[in-house]
Amino acid sequence: MKRLFLAALLAGTTAVPAAAQDVTITNAKLVLGDGSAPIEGGTVVIRGGRVVSAGRGGAVAGGKTIDAGGRYVTPGIVAGFTRLGIIEVDGVSTTNDASARDSVFNAGLDIASAVNPRATPIAINRTDGVTRAIVAPDNAGSIFAGQGAVIDLGNDMDALTRPRAFQFMEWGESGARAAGGSRPAAMAMFRNALFEAQAYARNPASFADRGKEALLTRTDAEALQRVLSGQVPLLIHVERASDILGVLAMKREFAGLKPVLVGASEGWTVAQQIAAANVPVLASALSDLPASFEQLAATQSNIGRMKAAGVVVGIGTIGDDEARQARLVRQYAGNLVALSKIPGAAGLDWGAAFATISSLPARTIGMEGEIGSLTPGRRGDVVIWDGDPLEIGSVPTQLFIDGIEQPLTNRQTRLRDRYLVPAEQGLPKAYQR
Amino acid sequence: MIRTLTMVALAAGLVACTGDGKEVRSASADAPKGKGPGAGKGYDHDPFPSTYRAYPGRPTLVTNVTIYDGEGGRIDRGSVLFRDGKIVEVGQSIAATDGVIVIDGQGKWVTPGIIDVHSHLGDYPSPGVDAHSDGNEMTGPVTAEVWAEHSVWPQDPGFARALTNGGVTTLQVLPGSANLMGGRSVTLKNVYGRTMQAMKFPGAPYGLKMACGENPKRVYGSKGRMPSTRMGNVAVDRATWLRAREYDRKWDKYEVDGGDAPTRDIAMDTLRGVLDGEILVHNHCYRADEMAIVMDMAQEMGYKVTAFHHAVESYKIADLLKARGVCSAVWADWYGFKMESYDAIGENLAILDRQGACAMIHSDDANGIQRLNQEVAKVIASAKRAGMAVTPEHAWTWLAINPARALGVDQVTGSLKPGKMADVVLWNGDPFSVYTRPEKVWVDGALLFDANDARIRPVSDFELGQPGEGDVK
Repeated sequence: MKRLFLAALLAGTTAVPAAAQDVTITNAKLVLGDGSAPIEGGTVVIRGGRVVSAGRGGAVAGGKTIDAGGRYVTPGIVAGFTRLGIIEVDGVSTTNDASARDSVFNAGLDIASAVNPRATPIAINRTDGVTRAIVAPDNAGSIFAGQGAVIDLGNDMDALTRPRAFQFMEWGESGARAAGGSRPAAMAMFRNALFEAQAYARNPASFADRGKEALLTRTDAEALQRVLSGQVPLLIHVERASDILGVLAMKREFAGLKPVLVGASEGWTVAQQIAAANVPVLASALSDLPASFEQLAATQSNIGRMKAAGVVVGIGTIGDDEARQARLVRQYAGNLVALSKIPGAAGLDWGAAFATISSLPARTIGMEGEIGSLTPGRRGDVVIWDGDPLEIGSVPTQLFIDGIEQPLTNRQTRLRDRYLVPAEQGLPKAYQR
Repeated sequence: MIRTLTMVALAAGLVACTGDGKEVRSASADAPKGKGPGAGKGYDHDPFPSTYRAYPGRPTLVTNVTIYDGEGGRIDRGSVLFRDGKIVEVGQSIAATDGVIVIDGQGKWVTPGIIDVHSHLGDYPSPGVDAHSDGNEMTGPVTAEVWAEHSVWPQDPGFARALTNGGVTTLQVLPGSANLMGGRSVTLKNVYGRTMQAMKFPGAPYGLKMACGENPKRVYGSKGRMPSTRMGNVAVDRATWLRAREYDRKWDKYEVDGGDAPTRDIAMDTLRGVLDGEILVHNHCYRADEMAIVMDMAQEMGYKVTAFHHAVESYKIADLLKARGVCSAVWADWYGFKMESYDAIGENLAILDRQGACAMIHSDDANGIQRLNQEVAKVIASAKRAGMAVTPEHAWTWLAINPARALGVDQVTGSLKPGKMADVVLWNGDPFSVYTRPEKVWVDGALLFDANDARIRPVSDFELGQPGEGDVK
């Protein structure tokens, strides 16, 4: 989100957002989001849309001052793997831009053009404390889904924090299906595409499109060249341990590749190797069913065990109502804390759990310098909560994105207000606003 | 308006949430004896009988614990005693007698086991491969002849998760919602068995899964056949009910008067069971306007809808649902996945409850069933923000006695009342906190999960010898 008042005006938002204010929040139970424990009596200073300082006490700077009254103040939630803003209603295909079954393009598809800041899930998730989201396209007809974006959930028309921030690829069972029916077919598709991308990189001008017979279009080759060179990370949906090891081998073969594992249900069984390869993970936190043959070892202890092995792991929500329910990551992180009390399970302490939905997802895609923590220089995404943000039912009382205070209402709160008393009173419900 | 004798009996026999249709009989039940086999005796109504037997348990006293009794009662620092599979006493202080295991529940909670009125475990088991897709007989819009129990795979690993993480002790497995009349449901004790029958809740009435809205019209409309519209949905339903009424009349007459037995029709058996109040209707339906139509259709045809499931717009007609005595089984926060779920709100259950309509939580999901307590916690929180205070002990009714009533098993489970099944969960903290998990779960007084004892943790056949076997999931 740009802080320029004029830009917002030109974009034509119905509710014109205020410009970024300089804000100091004092008397906070301050959560930095970097994995550390909350700090009592903390202060955070936002100036020019960025965090200037955050810590215990601290001088009150100019601008607006808010006394948090001892309540939790945290960085905004970074939803780790979502399809927020690209789908209004999953089952209504005209509102669903996640995948393109009939397109000849794949890796080149850029999800940024689909992001609609007015999609209702944006406001609903913002109301629950989500300020940034990693947004991935879905695949169809290729292992490559296209280029994902990082967005903010602000109430304005400029949602893109970083377009073309990564490439997303399906691997394992779904990759095999997309490639024609087997894992070797997926591997062949992957290797061939990267070879083509290398050819493109050597001489883009000579990379002639070869019509319908081409296995990679110019657009796709260009996008994959960015993957090959390590300009952007490659997010890979992979669940089975053997497939994860295959990804690690892939990284050794293609030196520039920056893989990020998504899902990774069996990651804990090969956690040492993942850590040694320095490959980060956006894991599904509470998957604990052998939902497929590639998830036989799934357990809610997956994240706790990977973290204990030294893996950089944040929470992602692939295949988990990620177009609408990214807001559930707080509940998931809270459940990881619950596991720390269960014999035989591996959980996280509170600070580490919060980091899985703030700094760690940002870190997996190399954006920890921008978002995910209240560290000087980061975006001014700050939430004041009415309770423990990992506890069920806690909600923001005030929320800032890039230092701009955001509305905390949405279509659902409007419906609620209309129907708190269900029967009509005087006029039809259609007149009650 | 046609008001059959059956309908009168239903109206007289059922109030509010009550779904126990066992007492309601066809009008002809009161007819004078003829030469027939007798009312309800024309054919076997229980050809796949339950073989469930409670496992042995030890007399157990949990003391010093916070108790939500499942019917809205609460005792702080109280005690619960169960023995021989049954609740014996719940009170402030109960003296331990010889041979009783005493568990100090300091800082912990005891509740009745959670009851999920809407599950597909066993019918859509894990792993979710095509070969396991047994929940929707998508070959015709009316398949009242199928029984969900004939698809239940008792080795579904999901049963274990629902028990150990969810504290779920009873669940209804329903056919899917592709069809207007999807078939019979079955209620199970959440205790692994070698057979479906060994899990079957003894004496629980059957349900009939019905569906309105998008699913039936999409599935069959896309095949170029009826129904392809919402009006088509209702038309097919009504035509089918008319046939069922005729079938019911023929069998009533035969059972009383004798003569040649009418031709058996397995689908019609089920619908006759509904008309006679033996089988409870569980109706998948999202939109308020459609639920209102279904309730009128039920009245026209002489049956009762026990509960609407999903019912994301029930809050819009909470008063109508209360007046008709129809329950709503809902999610806490699902929305927007299809058009008819677009208007879902987090306060749905709370608004229903405040209006005095029967309401409960449900999962419809192998993951959600592991956290139904947390789903209710969401409802409590959103209700509070909207100015509707809900006590936790009252909220537990949405997880216990209300679903028990909707399943017609409230006389034997669903609350911690003396004489009821000792379906009990000991939670390691406040069960409406995200930081809390079941510590022990008893079903009929038998300890079937103990977080502190890896031997008391179920591992289905499927998971045996697999990676992660016996792990804390």
